[in-house]
Amino acid sequence: MATTPDISVAARARYEPVIGLEVHVQLLTATKIFCSCSTRFGNPPNTNVCPVCLGLPGALPVLNRKAVEFAVLAAAALNCRIHETSIFARKNYFYPDLPKGYQISQYDKPLAEFGGIEIKTAGGVKKIGITRLHLEEDAGKSLHEGFPDSAETTAIDLNRSGVPLIEIVSEPDISSPDEAHEYLTRLKEIILYTGVSDCNMEEGSLRCDANVSVRPRGQKEFGTKTEVKNVNSFRFIREALQYEIGRHIGVLESGGVITQETRLYNANEGKTYGMRSKEQAHDYRYFPEPDLLPLVVDAKWKAEILRNLPELPEARRQRMVAEYGVTDYDAGVLTASRALADQFEAAAKAAKNPKRVANLVQGELMGRLKAKGLEIEQSPISMQGVAASADLVESGAISGKMLKDLYDLCFERGKDFPAVYEEAGRPEQSRDTSALEKTIDEVIAANPKQLEQYRAGKTTLIGFFVGQVMKASKGQANPQLVNELLTKKLGG
Amino acid sequence: MEIKSLTIDAARAAIQNCTITATALAGSLYAKIATDDPQIGAYLTLSKERALAKAAEMDALAAKGEKLPPLGGVPVGVKDVMATRGVRTTAGSKILGNYIPPYDCTAVARLEAAGAVVLGKLNCDEFAMGSSNENSAWHPVHNPRDLSRVPGGSSGGSAAAVAADMAVAALGSDTGGSIRQPASFCGVVGLMPTYGRVSRYGLIAFASSLDHIGPLTKTVKDAAIVLQVIAGRDPMDSTSAAVAVPDYRGELEKPVRGLKIGMAKEYFGEGLDREVRAAIEAAIEKLAKLGCEVVPVSLPHTQYAVPAYYIVATAEASSNLARFDGVRYGYRADGVRTLSEMYRRSRDQGFGTEVKRRIMLGTYALSAGYYDAYYLKAQRVRTLLTRDFEEAFQKVDAIVTPTSPTAAFKLGEKVDDPLAMYLADIYTVTADLAGIPGISVPCGETREKLPIGLQILGRHFDEATILRIAHAYEQAH
Repeated sequence: MATTPDISVAARARYEPVIGLEVHVQLLTATKIFCSCSTRFGNPPNTNVCPVCLGLPGALPVLNRKAVEFAVLAAAALNCRIHETSIFARKNYFYPDLPKGYQISQYDKPLAEFGGIEIKTAGGVKKIGITRLHLEEDAGKSLHEGFPDSAETTAIDLNRSGVPLIEIVSEPDISSPDEAHEYLTRLKEIILYTGVSDCNMEEGSLRCDANVSVRPRGQKEFGTKTEVKNVNSFRFIREALQYEIGRHIGVLESGGVITQETRLYNANEGKTYGMRSKEQAHDYRYFPEPDLLPLVVDAKWKAEILRNLPELPEARRQRMVAEYGVTDYDAGVLTASRALADQFEAAAKAAKNPKRVANLVQGELMGRLKAKGLEIEQSPISMQGVAASADLVESGAISGKMLKDLYDLCFERGKDFPAVYEEAGRPEQSRDTSALEKTIDEVIAANPKQLEQYRAGKTTLIGFFVGQVMKASKGQANPQLVNELLTKKLGG
Repeated sequence: MEIKSLTIDAARAAIQNCTITATALAGSLYAKIATDDPQIGAYLTLSKERALAKAAEMDALAAKGEKLPPLGGVPVGVKDVMATRGVRTTAGSKILGNYIPPYDCTAVARLEAAGAVVLGKLNCDEFAMGSSNENSAWHPVHNPRDLSRVPGGSSGGSAAAVAADMAVAALGSDTGGSIRQPASFCGVVGLMPTYGRVSRYGLIAFASSLDHIGPLTKTVKDAAIVLQVIAGRDPMDSTSAAVAVPDYRGELEKPVRGLKIGMAKEYFGEGLDREVRAAIEAAIEKLAKLGCEVVPVSLPHTQYAVPAYYIVATAEASSNLARFDGVRYGYRADGVRTLSEMYRRSRDQGFGTEVKRRIMLGTYALSAGYYDAYYLKAQRVRTLLTRDFEEAFQKVDAIVTPTSPTAAFKLGEKVDDPLAMYLADIYTVTADLAGIPGISVPCGETREKLPIGLQILGRHFDEATILRIAHAYEQAH
């Protein structure tokens, strides 16, 4: 946890944080953005390379169509306006893992602008604007450790050089570290749904930098901002922001001023450190990339691309609440990933009664997962398993009580429902009517008053009798059968 | 076989008829290079193994009586700014002194696919930056017509090799006049095609939006033959155009009678040598006699071309040359201890004075706070210049001008005056900025027997017309 400077609650309350996030997302194209080299992660160093991504003299970039399509999908999913014409630009700076001495990016004419997503905050739903979304190439990797001579030398792996990225820049609409966390979570969820990235932070396919400042509440002008880089998880972003906001307030409260600078987050210490000013004195000398033509995504191509835009998480949640009668919360859990939601819906639709599948997920699965501390992706019972169990209940083959016992077994053994059902010898609830009829007769005999009322017209009392019979059979009886027999016997 | 004034068709026919083998022809050119080039300095690297393999391949075809491709067995040279697989490619710079590319420039690959025998790599100004070839990091090139004079630049080695019969044809590159001006100085034909006509893939970039590859040859017809082979869309170069390539050779023989030829006063102003002016005026008269109609045109923004050119070209160069950092290939300074020291020393020791001057100019032009005033303004000038030409080409089919204001100057004459050197490009930079094609064709000599070049400029992708006019002039001259 971040060791936030010691600032009084009263001081904190006087300031309002202003946060904007820059997120880099690696696109899941098979080949790089400007050449046909593989983007595969984990190959031996410097094997996914060619004259283009090595920046050899004379080599030229050729734009990967798929990268454009993925970027357009992401932009549409984030409600951006996609420009028909955008321009690639060179961002010039020297770094050993940047082979050309410039990064091909987009600058004053990005692919998309004016987007936004909704996040849930303590104060309700809030819109976070997205300033822009643009395409660019990744740099290689400098490896400062892990080699026998790492003390004196840096090794460079250019496999990542030229891997396609989109950069998504938010408006400074985020007012707290929690909102930043929520924004990133929703953003990631949406990108994952579009399928254009795996958003894997460990492999660097999602990276985030944060711009943060504070201002006295009620003030319109922004305070001086700092940029926090090098943060590799959403949790650390939240912690880094908490630390940085505290630091800003501390400096201002003690009469100091914030220096605009880039700071690196050290997760072990929970602190940010300013980079040496020399390292951040950048003038990138942007100018339009003369080796590439303007990127034109005309209406026809755009329409073609957008045909692959899936139903997005928020819309899907709303539909699932309406269609399956699940709660908002459970719809949220079920849509946590597109794969899970697809599995659920496929299973539900294949089942005899889709709503029962939803009920079982909500009533039987979620609680057990929570008790075991498992994510839904780790559930021993798959969606198909839930659907199979739902069908067995639906047909009367097993009772609710039996289902609960079988689910417990599934969690005990870490096996899916069909396997456990087989192992238990395909149990069925009793269909022996003679035993059941005897129980029913006993229940009726024990409740003459209710019998009289029932026969006088108060037929709703059937529920009372069913309950008594189920109780007497310790939940083993088939409720449908009980109902049937009771109706006959009560009717005299 | 007489190597002097050997043309592509003559060489190919001789090999086809087995009058001479391609191997023997390459051998006799290498012999000539061995005797003559020490005085001229046109070649930087010879690619004998590769040349003789291609020659043998062509000889085998000829022996079987099979039809040779258009450049079958023809010995050519390639400017050292084009990547050649396995053959050292230095761009005339110490920073690439040990660089051996793993791939071929598209234009070179197309030449070879058409049967050309690539003898070697030709000297040039470092990274094609210069107008005299004196900026080569290796050694200067001497003009074969007068060894005390420069061959022009930056494709000085290409022009000199062709002029001295050390290659039947050569590839050069033109960013501000680097094909046409040396062609003019050495008395050969130099063609800069339209931007996008020939792929730039494998051409070590100087200024990406201005760089063109084109032929330097002994005749206009040879220029047409080479262009035919290297022109056309290349999927490896996004800026290469998907415009159909006409039959240049077939178009050559069409009559020029009735063509309208523009003469712009802006190209006949102060600084134009008296003898050059006389030669150009005589050439224009000759064209009129051939039936062309000479029409005055105006290109009012011409005076801004040189400054605009030196901003755009240096800005792009400052970025293009950033990759030469001593990290992955090329020269790295010894005894450096920190990263920034490695960058500074490698680039300081690896680049020559003119290259460093242009990197600094370009870096400055792109810097925050100066971009609008310099780079953006220069781009606006470029638009205006292009519009000037578009308007002129509404009225005329081609525009004729001097290629250079003077004939070849002496080695050392302008080295200490970069501005005077830059002004040598005054008549050539406009076509690079506008992206239109231009050809320089010999049009006489000064009293000192120095060649003079006539420049013919054409519409975008209309190389056929300027080749036709140049050919008609050449035949009548």
